[in-house]
Amino acid sequence: MPFDVYLNVAVSGILTGLVYGLMALGLSVIFGVIRVVNFAHGEMMSIAMFLAVVLFSVFHLDPLIMMVPIAAVLFVFGYALQSGLINPFITRPEHSQFLLLVAVALIIVNVLLIVFGPDARTVQTSYAFDSFQFGPLIVDASKVYAGAAAISVAILLFVFFRYTRIGIAIRACADNYTGALVVGLNVKHLYALTFGIGAACVGAAGVMMTLIVDVTPMIGPTYTLLAFVIVITGGLGSMAGALLGGILIGLTEALAGLLFTPSAKSMFAFGILVLVLLFRPQGLLGKRAA
Amino acid sequence: MAAIAARLTDGLPRQTVVALVVLLAALLIAPWIVNDYLITVLILILYLAFTGQAWNIMMGFAGQLSLGHALYAGLGAYISAFLFTSYGIGPWLGFLAAAPVAAACGAAIGFLAFRFGVTGVYFAILTIAFAEFARIGFDHLTIVNASAGLFLPVAQFSHNDLWRLRGDPTMFYYVILAATLAALVLCRLLLTSRMGYFWLAIREDEEAARAAGIATFRYKMFAVMISAVVTSFAGVFYAFFYNNLFPEQVFNISQSIQMILGPIIGGVGTLFGPILGAFVLTGLAESLNDGLTAFGIDMPGAEQVFYGVCLLLVVAALPEGIWPWLARRCGIAGETT
Amino acid sequence: MSSDRIGLNRRHVVAGAAAAAASLAAPSVGRAQGGPLKVGVLLPRSGFEAGIGQDCQRGVAIAGPILKSLGLPELSIMDGDTESSVETARARAAKMISDGAQCLVGAFDSGQTLAIAQVAEQNGVPLIVNIAAAPQLTEQGYKFVFRNFPTAAMILSDAFTDQKEVFASVGQSPKTVVFMHVNDTFGTAMSKGINFLMPKFDMPYKILDEISYDPAARDLSVEVTKAKASNPDALLVVSRLNDAMLITRELVKQRWTPQAIMSMGPGWYEDEYFKTLGKLADGPLSFAPWFDPNKKLAQQLEAALGKAYPGVNLNTNHVYTFEALLVAADAYKRAGSTDPKQLADAIRATNITDNASIGGGIAFDAKGQNMKVKDGGMQNRTGKPVVVAPKEAANAKPEWPLKPYQSRA
Repeated sequence: MPFDVYLNVAVSGILTGLVYGLMALGLSVIFGVIRVVNFAHGEMMSIAMFLAVVLFSVFHLDPLIMMVPIAAVLFVFGYALQSGLINPFITRPEHSQFLLLVAVALIIVNVLLIVFGPDARTVQTSYAFDSFQFGPLIVDASKVYAGAAAISVAILLFVFFRYTRIGIAIRACADNYTGALVVGLNVKHLYALTFGIGAACVGAAGVMMTLIVDVTPMIGPTYTLLAFVIVITGGLGSMAGALLGGILIGLTEALAGLLFTPSAKSMFAFGILVLVLLFRPQGLLGKRAA
Repeated sequence: MAAIAARLTDGLPRQTVVALVVLLAALLIAPWIVNDYLITVLILILYLAFTGQAWNIMMGFAGQLSLGHALYAGLGAYISAFLFTSYGIGPWLGFLAAAPVAAACGAAIGFLAFRFGVTGVYFAILTIAFAEFARIGFDHLTIVNASAGLFLPVAQFSHNDLWRLRGDPTMFYYVILAATLAALVLCRLLLTSRMGYFWLAIREDEEAARAAGIATFRYKMFAVMISAVVTSFAGVFYAFFYNNLFPEQVFNISQSIQMILGPIIGGVGTLFGPILGAFVLTGLAESLNDGLTAFGIDMPGAEQVFYGVCLLLVVAALPEGIWPWLARRCGIAGETT
Repeated sequence: MSSDRIGLNRRHVVAGAAAAAASLAAPSVGRAQGGPLKVGVLLPRSGFEAGIGQDCQRGVAIAGPILKSLGLPELSIMDGDTESSVETARARAAKMISDGAQCLVGAFDSGQTLAIAQVAEQNGVPLIVNIAAAPQLTEQGYKFVFRNFPTAAMILSDAFTDQKEVFASVGQSPKTVVFMHVNDTFGTAMSKGINFLMPKFDMPYKILDEISYDPAARDLSVEVTKAKASNPDALLVVSRLNDAMLITRELVKQRWTPQAIMSMGPGWYEDEYFKTLGKLADGPLSFAPWFDPNKKLAQQLEAALGKAYPGVNLNTNHVYTFEALLVAADAYKRAGSTDPKQLADAIRATNITDNASIGGGIAFDAKGQNMKVKDGGMQNRTGKPVVVAPKEAANAKPEWPLKPYQSRA
């Protein structure tokens, strides 16, 4: 096969991976800091996707512009979900959290089904089908925008957690829950904030996703699983890790699809996950848990 | 016989034993009283009670969270169905072939996880990964028809053939009832055995258990393998009851989730929790369906929304599950292991 | 909550269960005489197949008045949702029969349909399959299962025949194709069939590469790049809706327009495909079960659907679900009884010639399969599929080649 095919597939795989990474960033925050097994992650993203679709079809608001307001809505949703429902569960065993979030996911999927019906929805922007050509290389424009968004969101999160007082306080909670309580941090509020931030990230990701895939109420579960694979591969709580994990998974799937049969490509993603779990359980860029 | 009976009932309050006997009697005569639909529902309940108990051995007793139990059920289903369709080998012999494979898979996953220190959520994700491997693998395994599906011939039968598991729902009902009872007895025997105590010690505090001289690795491996073998029988039953298998369906993560809802709602680590949970959840789903129909609501998705809300309320209000709470309410002590 | 309350509740539950059991102990199969026939319709209306299940349901919703206008007796429809799961499908089928259903219709998905078929057979209640292509359904020796839908092999044979007719009509044919198919039940059955059947039809093209992809695929860029690298004249596809849209988008983004896209299944002719892709939706050919636009009943259905659901084009889902009800009503009229056994005998003797789908009408062979049903060849034209083959059902001439995607405004 000619070299330019490999080049196209590799670039496309990396960009797809960045989009996956954007989606996984939110989970990295939620799972990495609060340690809540958010099995409703993909479903939360589908809420944002439907919001973007509705805003576009009714008011013709471009998804790229609506990214921030929709992220804000998801922030409120996440904050309320954590402080109202999940907070009592943070000290409960994982299987209990798991059940709670499976129930949340079930409710989200079916409320979306009742409200929007089962059909695939999409936004039809003027640039939906654009691509850039550089010699033999053709690059999907939507994926480039989404990839850029992923990197910006990751940088924002990094700055937030590293340099702001709230960010530092949240990291303190993650590192030492009891210690944070002792020094008088409002842990409940901080956790709700964190969940809100995670939800805002996945909201932004959902808006970008509408440029690339069609949304149906049933789209959530596959993305939930994918997000876990990426976050664990990349390393919990590491923003760069989530992006790297996404790129690694995206690139592997793309090359596996090219060299082997595409229908088996997600096997390779799970293969990477298993190897990481066994040989580098903290993830590629995660730090060793204390 | 008497000794086993004594060991089974030893330490159980009298009212529990009486309640059990009454429930068992009711279940035994059920096919004479209820119609085909309720038998179908009871089969579904008992199937979930059975798989719930199997999962509970690993999670409830030994504290290892598996979210990939569809793997073992799927192996049982596919191996027994393959042997039946290709060589005419009956399901019971098929189970004998499937059980070691399931045990070996469980052992392999357990070995990797426990040797490399994969625990908690990470262990759960690892089990999902292996179930997904199996799903995608079987999707491409042409010997069992890949994603086109494996179909068991549904011959026109004039009588129930227990040996080949061909027959009417009543026969399947008694098979799964017997299996559920057997699983209950097995769980009880395991729990009161030496191994059972070791498991509980590992579940409560693995470090302490190791310090006390318990070979934690070995006993965790036993838990995974026993759980895998028991679950694989559920797969055999599934294959012969539904008669068609698709990797997308049997290895799906939703199957794994379905298996663990009952025990979590009923009470993880308890003997009766998984059974009670299966009754409550399936009963809930069916009555929601009935209720919505009665109110003339024909809205796809509404039933699942109510179901989700109920799950949420139960898990929020009764974190330990329904059975421990009920047992306390009814004054049955000692069943909150 | 006091413990007294709990005790009471528990007793209530037990008493209630006993009462329910007693009331349900009555003979399970309803034998009401006269009145409308009770038909239980089971479709995957939630879960991952919700889209198609709800689309099929539209065929049920418009059926009443049309059946009446044909002089057929009234049906009392019981709606059921399989939730896209085999287990639920089986339980719902048993429930409907215990609630008095005298005939079942369903269920789009082969696995769910097979689960329902077992219940129907055990209870001696006829099941009329609306859509399901797995050959096993009518190979089990069932006496109460009838299918008015082609098997995978029939779909393929007709597809090859219709393709040749299209090639002859436009005077061109592709010499090479890449075969892309979804790796699910239908896709795999078609892929197996193609290797077996294609030599018999002496097709002008050869298959350069076969690419199978995941039904839950989120991204098909690699798959399309791989197909493009083989540089075939045309794409041969077996897909679903979601992947049909993904493939089209990738074709546009990767700036590649093959001579033709020839689908042998759903996806490309569906409303969502048109709505989502607009002008980019025009051109692909679908070879699939379809309705004959020249038949009176099809026109009647089209009108009724357009009135009830503005903007929804009539398609296979509506037509075959409607025809399943047509078979039930027609058999009920001839049987003059709601007795399931007599109804099954009447269905077996069905001979409807004025139907809506392409082909010679509806009649069942000894296995319960309608062998007279035929596929059509459709082409997407300005937001709507038109029939271009076979000649007797065509209402337009095929266009060839595909208009380049880049030149569409």
